[in-house]
Parts: sequence; structure tokens; C-alpha cells
Amino acid sequence: MTKHSTLSRAEGWRRRAPLLPALLFTILVTQVPFLLTVYYSTHSWNLVRPGSWEFVGLQNYLYVFRDSQFREVAMNTVILIVGTVLISALLGLGLALLLNRSFRGRGVVRTLLITPFLITPVAGALLWKTAMFDPVFGIVNFVLQPFGVGNFAWVSQFPLATVMVDLIWRWTPFMMLLILAGLQSMPEDVLEAGRVDGAGPIALFRELTLPHLRRFIELGVVLGAIYLVNTFGAIYMMTSGGPGVESANLPFYIYQRAFLGFEVGQAAAMGVVTVAATIVIAMLALRLIFKSFMGAQEAA
Amino acid sequence: MTDPALSGDTTSATVRDTPVAGSAAQSRSSADETRPRQRARRKHRGAAVIWAVLAWLAALVFFFPVLWMVLTAFKYERAAYTDPPTLWFSPTLEQFQAVLASGVGTTLLNSAFATLVSTTCVLVLGIPAAFALSLRPVKKTKDVLFFFLSTKMLPIVAVIVPLYVIVNRIGLLDNIWTLIILYTGMNLPIAIWMMRSFFLEVPAELLEAASMDGASLWTAVRRVILPLVSPGIAATALICVIFSWNEFFFAVNLTAVRAQTAPVSLVGFITGEGLFWARLSAASTLAALPVVIAGWVAQNKLVRGLSFGAIK
Repeated sequence: MTKHSTLSRAEGWRRRAPLLPALLFTILVTQVPFLLTVYYSTHSWNLVRPGSWEFVGLQNYLYVFRDSQFREVAMNTVILIVGTVLISALLGLGLALLLNRSFRGRGVVRTLLITPFLITPVAGALLWKTAMFDPVFGIVNFVLQPFGVGNFAWVSQFPLATVMVDLIWRWTPFMMLLILAGLQSMPEDVLEAGRVDGAGPIALFRELTLPHLRRFIELGVVLGAIYLVNTFGAIYMMTSGGPGVESANLPFYIYQRAFLGFEVGQAAAMGVVTVAATIVIAMLALRLIFKSFMGAQEAA
Repeated sequence: MTDPALSGDTTSATVRDTPVAGSAAQSRSSADETRPRQRARRKHRGAAVIWAVLAWLAALVFFFPVLWMVLTAFKYERAAYTDPPTLWFSPTLEQFQAVLASGVGTTLLNSAFATLVSTTCVLVLGIPAAFALSLRPVKKTKDVLFFFLSTKMLPIVAVIVPLYVIVNRIGLLDNIWTLIILYTGMNLPIAIWMMRSFFLEVPAELLEAASMDGASLWTAVRRVILPLVSPGIAATALICVIFSWNEFFFAVNLTAVRAQTAPVSLVGFITGEGLFWARLSAASTLAALPVVIAGWVAQNKLVRGLSFGAIK
């Protein structure tokens, strides 16, 4: 009995050994800093004021919730994520449907379409800010000229919206790829059976294709949201969060607080609030990924 | 806009409707078709052309900004600023030369170093971990997987403040190894999930058969399993390359001059050099090129990486 259990314990460690380095490393790099963030958030600490380290309890959090700028920024973050994710998902669905048929040069079309997702985000943002949205020399105003749009200053008039254009341009290919994978995993015989039953193309799409795609669209939406919470480069490059905080999101605002205002305690408290707010989406994402993954395993 | 799209949808779906040929074999018509069907087929072919044209148009719209960036990179500054924009110009390599002379070359090397070393670290740590979570699973595999995934759900801003304080205190600010460690941590969960999904495709009996032949576990893994999953590992590596090369947040906050990466080098163009579009385009092109190529190569596995292996 004892011998058996020590044996299995040895076997357990043999199995665990390859996992441990990665596990320890990840805990060290991600969890320890987060715990420190929580710790810092209960202190008043300004990096450029020596000796300013002081325990203040939950005061930073009170400050954060009273800060009207923080509320505006939080709202911006929600608009940015929801707007980008929804529009990208719709456009991505359209593009995926276009690509889910064979035609000459389909591979090239797909390659061209995924390129915006690959371009270095800061380079893409700069490109939109200058070559595309410039009031005088920009392509957007040139294209819109016949419609009576003069030298309109898009970035300064609609800062948040122009940032979103850049983000939608970048994330539509992501959605397209996920939904296309869904379309291609659609069993042909189901559609065939639907046709035999005399269903029209629109009915087929609504009753068969869309339900099948649901898992893929959901996954695209939650993953897109998770990745988009971290949006930083686009705002940094295009608007610097301005005017005021009109186009700032939480990462950018926290960055300003920590690295331009040096208010470590407050920035940390905002970081903790951001995490708390994302937990809802995160749990949804985790469940979906797990469900898809375990479902695929059962099917295999 | 919606109307033609809608009617187009109807006709296109009828293309797939042809009962004789399945969607894959729809192109060639069989000989015994009746005439009305032939007429219908011709109409469907017309619809298919319209759909193909639409797809091409969409691709060009999405690709246009990139194309314009590359074109502008080959212009002289005065040709970059014209109203209306010019498509025809005499190309020059002047901008690339200027950009490389101004030190962007160093930042490209920094990016390459950080990307390659961190990707190697991810593989060294990740391959054994993925193995221990798939073929020879540890107890509580599910919990460990959940943990790895949940770290990707943590917004990066939640860790940047203490990271800055720590890195500053131990004197690793503006050091490329700081980025290497952080990029490894950033990509490791994705890589483990993705590689695990490849490991799971290996039949478990294979490992048992190999180890029953008397080979040690290590030999069995090296000789039998690794060759089978190597395409998956390559795809995983490419995904890690894309993410670490494009990373901006850590790089801009934790580096200054010595360890500056290519994306951070572009920041100069929004302030001092903001008016040199052609030069900016050349720098952007150089900074974007490596990952665009990596992404094109890995495009079939891109979905799998981005969805943590949940979607094949």
C-alpha cells in the first residue's frame, strides 16, 4: 500500500516535472506583479516626491470613483471595445461569406485581407492618422471630394471614431478568419438536407448556417474584446487620448497617470478596477474557449 | 447598398443550390443537363463573377492603406504631398537609406533579437508543458490550463506599474532582456494551449507503442512525437513572432534608447519628424515587413493560435 503510493507519487512528479518551469515562470511574471499592483493601490505614492510612501487604505479607490475623467475614460473604453467588436464581426461575417466560395485568386484575396491584422499596430495607426485622414493630402478626403467633403479634419473632429476606424480595419480580418473557419467546418450534408426539404437560401442561412456559426462569432466577439481591452498604440499614435481625455481609454489613462503624473498608487488602483471590470468578459471568454475545446475533444 | 447585397445573396446562394454538383464540384457542368438548367447555370455563373469581383474589391479596399504606405516609401517627400494624391511617380530608395542611416537599423536588430530569443524561450518552456498537459497529463490538468488561459485575460495595465518599479530598482530599464522575459510570459500561455491542441492530435497509442519497445520516454518523444507535431510547433513559433514583434506597450514604457524596438522608433514621427511622410512610410514598411511575411506564411494556422487552439 505505502509502496504503491510512493511509486505513484514519484510517477506524479515525473509527469509534473516538464510542466513546472513554465508554471513557475508564468506565476512569477504575471501573478506577482499583479499582487504588487493590489498592494500599491492601498498606498499613496508619487514617484518624484521622495518619502511620499504612505498607507492610505481604500482612499485611492474613492478618488478613482470620484474622478469624472476616469468615468469618461471608462465609458470611452466600453464604446471603443463594443463598437469595434460589433462592426468588425459584421464586416467579418460578410467577408467570410464572400470567401467561402471558390473563385479565381481566392488565396490572394485572403492574403490581402489578413494583412491589416499583421501590420505593426503603431505603423497602421500612423498610416491612418497621416496618409488616410490628413485634412489636405489625405486619401479619405480625396475619395469623399465628389460628395462635397472639403478639407475635413477627421482626427481632431472625431478622435474616438477615427481610432475606431483603425481598430475595425485591423480586427475585421481577425473576425473574418474565425468565421471563415466556422463556415468551412459546416457539414455539407446538413445544407444539402435543408435544400432537399425545399428551404430557400435565406432560410438556409438563418436556420442552419447562422446557428452553426454562433459559437465562432461568440468566440470572436469575446476574444476580440479581450485583446481590445489592451488597446494602447493606436491611441498613443493617433490622438494621445485628446482633446482632454475625449479619446483616451483605460490603459492610456493609467499610463498617463503613472508615467506622466507619477501617481503610482492611483494608477495601481485604476489597474485593479480595470481587472475587476474585465473579469466578466474574461469569464465568458474562458467558458467559451473551454467549451469549444472540450467539445472538440469529445468529438475526436 | 443593402438592396443589391441582399438580392446578390439570393442569387449566390442559388449557385450552391444546384443539386447535381456539390459545392466543391460546382464548376464543371455535366453533359446530360436539360436546357433550362443550362440557362440557369449561365445565370449562376454570372452571379459567381459578381461575387468574385466583390471579394476582390473588398480585398483591395482593406489592402489599399498598406499598398499606399509601401508606394509612399518609394517617393520623394514632395511627391508624397500632392493634392490630388499621385499614383505615378519616379521611385527612389532615398527614404530607406535615410531611415537606415538614422538608426532604425539598430531598433530592427533589437526587435529581431527580442523576438527570436523570447520565441525560443517560449518553445523551451512551452513544449514540455504542453506535453505534460496532453499526452502524459498531470492531475488537475484542467485547472492548470485554466490558470494559463486566465493570465491572458489580465489587462496588461494591471501589471505595468510594479513592473516599472521592479525593473527600475534592479537596473534593467532600457535593457532588451527585460522585454525578452516579458514577451516570453506574454506568449507562453498561447503557445501552451496551441501546442497542446497539436499534441492531442497524436494518437496516444503511438507513445505507448514506442515506449513499450523499450525506448525511454525521452527517446520516444524525440523520435516519434516531436517530428509529428513539428509543423504545429513551427506555426506556434510564428504566432509568437508576430505578437512579440508588434508589441508596443511594454517596449515604450520600459525602454529608452539602447533597447528601443522598431515599433517604438516610429514614435519619433508623431513629434519631431511628423511632416516627413515618405520617410515615415519607409520606416513603417521596414518595421511591418517581417511580421507581414511571417503572418502570410502562417495564415492557415493563424486562427488556431488566436483562438488558443479552440478552433482548428
